[in-house]
Amino acid sequence: MIFKFAAIAAFTSLAVSSALAQNLAIQNATLFDGETVREDATLVIRDGTVVAWADADQLPSGLETIDAEGAWVTPGIFSAFSQVGIVEVGAEDSTNDTSAGQSAFGAALDLSDGFNPRATSIDITRIEGVTRMAVAPSLGASLFGGQGFIATTTGEPGSVIERRAFTFINLGEGGASVSGGSRPAAWATLRAAFGDARAFPTRYLAHSEGDALGRMDAEAFTRAARGDQLMLIAVSRESDIREVISLKKTMSNLQIVLVGAQEGWMAAEELAEANIPVIIDPYDNLPSSFAQLGATQQNAARLIEAGVTTAFAHLDSSSHQARLVLQSAGNAVGSGVDHTDALRAITSVPAEIFGIDGAGRLTAGGLGDLVIWDGDPLEVASAPVRIFIDGVEQSLESRQTKLRDRYLAVDESERPMAYKR
Amino acid sequence: MKIAMRLAVALSAATFLTACSGGESSENDTTDDKAEAFDRDPYPSTYTPYPSGAVLLQNATVYDGVGNVFENYDVLLEGGNIAGLGEDLDAGDDVEVIDASGKFVTPGIIDNHSHLGVYPSPGVSAHQDGNEISGPVTAEVWAEHGVWPQDPGFTRALAGGVTSMQILPGSANLFGGRGVTLKNVLSRTVQGMKFPDAPYTLKMACGENPKRVYGYGGGRFPGGAPYSRMGNVAGYRNSWIEAKAYREKWDAWEADGGDMPTRNLELDTLSGVLDGDILVHMHCYRADEMAQVIDMSEEFGYEVTSFHHAVESYKIADLLAEKNICSSMWADWWGFKMEAYDGIRENIPLVHHAGACAIVHSDSDIGIQRLNQEAAKALADGRRAGIEISDADAWTWLSANPAKSLGIFDQTGSLEIGKDADVVLWNGDPFSSYSNAERVYIDGALMFDLEQPDFTPVTDFELGQPGEGDLK
Repeated sequence: MIFKFAAIAAFTSLAVSSALAQNLAIQNATLFDGETVREDATLVIRDGTVVAWADADQLPSGLETIDAEGAWVTPGIFSAFSQVGIVEVGAEDSTNDTSAGQSAFGAALDLSDGFNPRATSIDITRIEGVTRMAVAPSLGASLFGGQGFIATTTGEPGSVIERRAFTFINLGEGGASVSGGSRPAAWATLRAAFGDARAFPTRYLAHSEGDALGRMDAEAFTRAARGDQLMLIAVSRESDIREVISLKKTMSNLQIVLVGAQEGWMAAEELAEANIPVIIDPYDNLPSSFAQLGATQQNAARLIEAGVTTAFAHLDSSSHQARLVLQSAGNAVGSGVDHTDALRAITSVPAEIFGIDGAGRLTAGGLGDLVIWDGDPLEVASAPVRIFIDGVEQSLESRQTKLRDRYLAVDESERPMAYKR
Repeated sequence: MKIAMRLAVALSAATFLTACSGGESSENDTTDDKAEAFDRDPYPSTYTPYPSGAVLLQNATVYDGVGNVFENYDVLLEGGNIAGLGEDLDAGDDVEVIDASGKFVTPGIIDNHSHLGVYPSPGVSAHQDGNEISGPVTAEVWAEHGVWPQDPGFTRALAGGVTSMQILPGSANLFGGRGVTLKNVLSRTVQGMKFPDAPYTLKMACGENPKRVYGYGGGRFPGGAPYSRMGNVAGYRNSWIEAKAYREKWDAWEADGGDMPTRNLELDTLSGVLDGDILVHMHCYRADEMAQVIDMSEEFGYEVTSFHHAVESYKIADLLAEKNICSSMWADWWGFKMEAYDGIRENIPLVHHAGACAIVHSDSDIGIQRLNQEAAKALADGRRAGIEISDADAWTWLSANPAKSLGIFDQTGSLEIGKDADVVLWNGDPFSSYSNAERVYIDGALMFDLEQPDFTPVTDFELGQPGEGDLK
C-alpha cells in the first residue's frame, strides 16, 4: 500500500497538461490492463494518467468514482493501420489524401500534412472504442507511400502525437506493379533507395538525384534506412516475407514491421527469430491474389503461437471501417486465438510496435485512454458506454448518430425533417 | 470406384428430378403460350441434391427463420427435406442422432447479393467477368455465363453457413444483366449449382456508377450517356419504352400469327420483367433516387423486388413498407463514395421497424462469410437506439427475406416441414463473434463439417497450392 501511494505522488508531479483531464476511479471493473484480465478491479486515473492500482476502500480523495458494476474496462483500442482522418469520401479525390500517384515525391510525403481532426470518420471510429491510431498511406499506392503518423481520435487540433512515426513501403505484387513491373524491379529500387538514404547527404552534394530517390525522398528515408525509424512493409507471399527476413539479416538494425503478411504463418518461426512484428487482418482467408494462396484465418493463432509479435488491423477499408478491428479480433478468437491475446493484439501490442509509451495499457504510468463497455468488447453486439482519452471523457456522438436520431421517428406534420436536430 | 458410384447416384437422382420438373414445365406450357415460341430456360439447372441419410439434430436452440425461437428442440432432416420439428422427436431406425445441446440450428443463410464466381479469387485480370461494361444497357447478358464454379470463395461462404446465393452482374450499367440463384454446392458446371426453378432476376443500378463509368469513362469528356443522374433515368425509361413495344409485337404475333418477331436478348429480359417473370434487384443508395425509381416502376408497370445497398432506406422506410419493396443492406458500410456518405448503423433495424422487408447482404467475399455477425451488429445497434427486435425476428433478414426476394421461399429460407433441408448447426449463438458453423446441410446432405477435414471442399484451383485443404 505504501508503494501505491508513493506511485501516485510520483505520477502527479508528471501530470499531463490537459486542463480537462478528470481524476477518476473506476471500481468493480472486469479490467483488461493491456496484459491480463482481472475481476473486481479498481483503476485510478489522475491528470490523464493511470497512477496505480488501489483497493476500493483505500481510494485517494477528490476522485470521481464510477461503479462499473462488473463491466469490461479496457485500454482504448489502438488501430495499427488505418487511413482515418486523411480521407472524407473515398471516391472523391478532392477529399482523399491517402495516396498521391502524380506526386514527384514518395518517401518525403508526410501524411500528417493531410490529417483533418474534423473528418467525420474520426468520431465514427472513436465511438466504437478506438482512441489511438497509426495512420498510413493506402496499401498499394506506390513503393514508397510516405511517412505515417500516430494520432488520437479526440477530433481536436493537436491530436497528432507523433509525426513521421514510420516509413511505409509496399513490396510484393503491389510494389512490383508500381516500380516497373516486377518483384526484381521493386527490390532493385528498394536496395538503391537504401544506398541513397545511407549515403545522404554526401551523394547529393553534386546532384539532386540518387540511384532511386531524389534529394528530399532520400532525406526522408534516412532515419528508417539507418534503423532510427520504424519501417512498415506491406507484403503477402511467403517468398517475399523471407526476402524481407533476409534483408533484416543483412541490416540487422532495421526496425521492420510487416503489414498484411497473409502467408506469415508459413515463415512464423523465422519471423519470431528475426524479431519482426506483423500487423495482420485476421479475416484474410481467401487466395485473393497469387501472393496469398496460403491465406487462412489460422494465420493469427499460428503466428502468436510461434511467438511473433502480432497486432490486428482491419485492412479491408481501413479508412472508414478501421473500427471493425474489434470484430476482426473477435473472429480471431473464433479461429483459435486466446481471448486475452486478441485483446493485446489491438491494444498493448500495437502500442509497443509503434513505441507509444503508456498507450494500450492501464497499468501504472499508462495513458488514461480507456473504454467502459456494455459487454465483452470482442463481441459484435457490444459497444462502448464511456470513453476517455488522456483522462478526458469523450463524446459518443458522431454525424451518424445525428442522422440516426433525426430519422428514428419521421414526422413531417409540422415542418420538414431538415428542422429536426 | 467412388467416382463411378457418385455418378450413378447423381444420374438416378437426375432422372428422378427431371421427371418431376418435366411435369411442372409441361403444365407451364399450357398456361403460357409464349413458352412455345422459344425456350426460356436454355441453360437449365442440373443440380440434384446429394445423397443423405436421415439426421436428427437434438436438443438445440432453434430459430425457425420466420420469427420463432424454440429451446431444447429437435430438427429432423429426411429425404432432403425438413421432416420434423419439435420436442423429443422420436429417432427412428437408421437416423443419425446429433447431440446439439448448447448449440443452435437455423435455416441456411441466403445472400442475395454476391459476385462469387464472376469476381472470383484470385482477382486476376482474366477473372473480371462481373460487369459487361461495354455499354450502359446490357440487359442481354447473364451472370451465369460469367460464373467460374471453381471460385474458392464458395467454400468460404459455405463455412459461413451460406446455403444459397444470388450472383449478380456488377453495377456499372443501368441494366447490368440477369442474376442467377445458386445452391452453394460445388459443381463442375454452373448449371450444376443453379437453384432449380428459381426465377431469373435483373440487376439495375442507380446513381454514381453508371454516370461515372459511361459519362466520365474512356478518357474522353464527356464520355457518353449517361453523364448525369438525369441521363440515368432517361436511359432506363428509353429502354422500358422499347421493351413495351417489343412485348406488344410478341403479343400481336401470339394473337394473330404471321412472321415471328426477331428476338432481341436485351428486350427478352426487359419484357420478362414487365411480364412479372423476372425480379428486379436494383443497386440504389440514396433515398431520393429510390423514390424516383418507384415512380418509374409505376410508370411502366413493373415492380422493384429489392433495392440493394440501400444505405439511405432508413430515410424512406415508410415508403418502402407501403410499396412492399425489400432493402438489401450492409450493417455498417459507409463513406467510400458520396452516395454512401449517410450510411448509419441502424439502417437495418429502422427498415425492419417500419414494417418493411429487411435483408442483410454481403456484396463481398469476406462479408458473405459472416452475415450472421452483420445481423448481430445491426440488431444490437437497433436495441441501443430503442428499437426492440428479437433475435428470432432478426433471422428473417438472413434467410426468409432474401429467399422471398429471390422467389425461392416456397422451397427454402425457413425451417418448416417439407422445405429443403438447408440447415446450419452452429457451435454457439450465431449472433456471437466466436461462433462458427459446425455443420452445413444442403437439401439434407452434409456439405461442410468443421470437425471433419473430409467435409471441407477444396476447389480445383486450390489443389496443389500452398494451404490446400487447410482450415480456412
